[in-house]
Amino acid sequence: MSSLAPRSDFPILLAHPGLRYLDSAATSQKPRAVLDAISAYYSEDNANPHRGAYELSVRATERYHAARERVARFCGVADADCLIFTRGTTEAINLVASAWGRANIRSGDEVIVTGMEHHANFVPWQQIAFEQDARFRICELTPDGRIDLDELRAMLGRHTRVVAFNHVSNALGTINPVREIAAIVRERSDALIVCDGAQGAPHIPVAFDSLDVDFYAFSGHKMCGPMGIGALIGRRGTLETMPPYQTGGDMIEFVLDYRTTWNVLPHKFEAGTPNVGDAVGLAAAADYLDGLGMDAVRAHELALVKLATTALGDVDGIHIYGPPPEDRSGVISFTLSDIHPHDLATILDGDGVCIRAGHHCAQPLMRRLGVAATARASFYIYNDEADIEALLGALHRARGLFGYAGV
Amino acid sequence: MPDVAELYQSLILDHNRSPRNFRVMADADRSVEGRNPLCGDELTVWLRMDGDTIADVSWMGKGCAISKASASMMTAAVKGVARDDAEALFENFHDLVTGKLGDDKVNSLGRLAAFRGVSRFPIRVKCASLAWHALHSALLAPGTSSAG
Repeated sequence: MSSLAPRSDFPILLAHPGLRYLDSAATSQKPRAVLDAISAYYSEDNANPHRGAYELSVRATERYHAARERVARFCGVADADCLIFTRGTTEAINLVASAWGRANIRSGDEVIVTGMEHHANFVPWQQIAFEQDARFRICELTPDGRIDLDELRAMLGRHTRVVAFNHVSNALGTINPVREIAAIVRERSDALIVCDGAQGAPHIPVAFDSLDVDFYAFSGHKMCGPMGIGALIGRRGTLETMPPYQTGGDMIEFVLDYRTTWNVLPHKFEAGTPNVGDAVGLAAAADYLDGLGMDAVRAHELALVKLATTALGDVDGIHIYGPPPEDRSGVISFTLSDIHPHDLATILDGDGVCIRAGHHCAQPLMRRLGVAATARASFYIYNDEADIEALLGALHRARGLFGYAGV
Repeated sequence: MPDVAELYQSLILDHNRSPRNFRVMADADRSVEGRNPLCGDELTVWLRMDGDTIADVSWMGKGCAISKASASMMTAAVKGVARDDAEALFENFHDLVTGKLGDDKVNSLGRLAAFRGVSRFPIRVKCASLAWHALHSALLAPGTSSAG
């Protein structure tokens, strides 16, 4: 089975021919088209946008505007002004927790997250709940690593103010049924629904307008785009009634001596000079992924993760976490006998195989799994069957090095 | 990429598999916790001093093979050793794992020289020195505290 995207599209894979990059859940590699788009922006169109006193600034403004429309189309958002560019998922969720949370969460309210959240969709809610004297609650997981929907149903009620959960778990790969969860929440509460899409947008078609969530956050760098840009998608009505997150340049309408009025969407939530270069890069990444087709991306990852799960399942002493491969994105989280995941990662690195080892910024989940760390291999469009063979070979080598029989 | 076999010497794998002095010390007069929040490794080092000499030392904890073997071999190396000599050993060990120790001095480290491969794997220096930092803190201040 070959890769979906030509490996030659990715300069870093050409620079390191032996590299078996299996850490795309941490960050993806970038196709040449994205690098070229960023370079072309700075080479040909760069100026500070929204100050349109000269033609170059107008061009930069247009590039920024077009990038927003392109990324909105990628996410299935008709109203592009409801897509706020941020530094990434973390900033996007902090924006909601701070701006919406401070204005709307009251003493006695409840904020619900799940036991599988990345710290970026856990800590901001834990902290805002603490600040607002609200109750912070954690919906537990089923033994195979899914959100326990029965428990969620039982937790919901008139006190529920926010329900925050991920589209796809970064540590397990679990794909959560977003529409079903949203329907459950709507039926039993008036809560704000926030979906962390950091591991969703790069791997699965998003279609925000039909997801029925209030906010969806994601990062560009996990979907072939540059680091330092991501987005928060919201609903116009909610965004317009929210106070700003940060204040300063660009986000204002009039600054009077003792009062300021806010700019319209999306600018109200984008204080300071925007990151036009990376927005252009993210738009190029959307072009690239849509060129492959997001359905094809999902099918490719599913095929790889099925292959890998079968192949790794035959290794003595392996334990794979999370639901069956059909319900996982291209992530396989595992431990091997009593070999610590960090030792595994070092040994695999010796064979050019890059995996992540550790708590995956999901310490609450690790506690629930009863482990300090797992090893995680994650697949993307440039991975192929040879990557899985290299992973398997390296795992056998690790077993041999640590003195396990049957090498 | 250096050969991982340089890092995982048989002595290190042996101490990982069967750590020495791996016990709580009931009559310790000081203990220190060491933590590496990046990887979740955590250990405790217990000390009983006799004047300026380490009369007994033990440890418990969890972590990767490098951090466990380092803690185990450290306890074996400093038991019965004077405080100043233990500190000097730490200094040499730290230089070893960061690649700063001269070849002439490597042999003076005895079995601890098994960690010389760590210098080729900079991200594992923290693993190798976690227990030593805890020991260092314990030698500095009597009582119970945290390091790392």
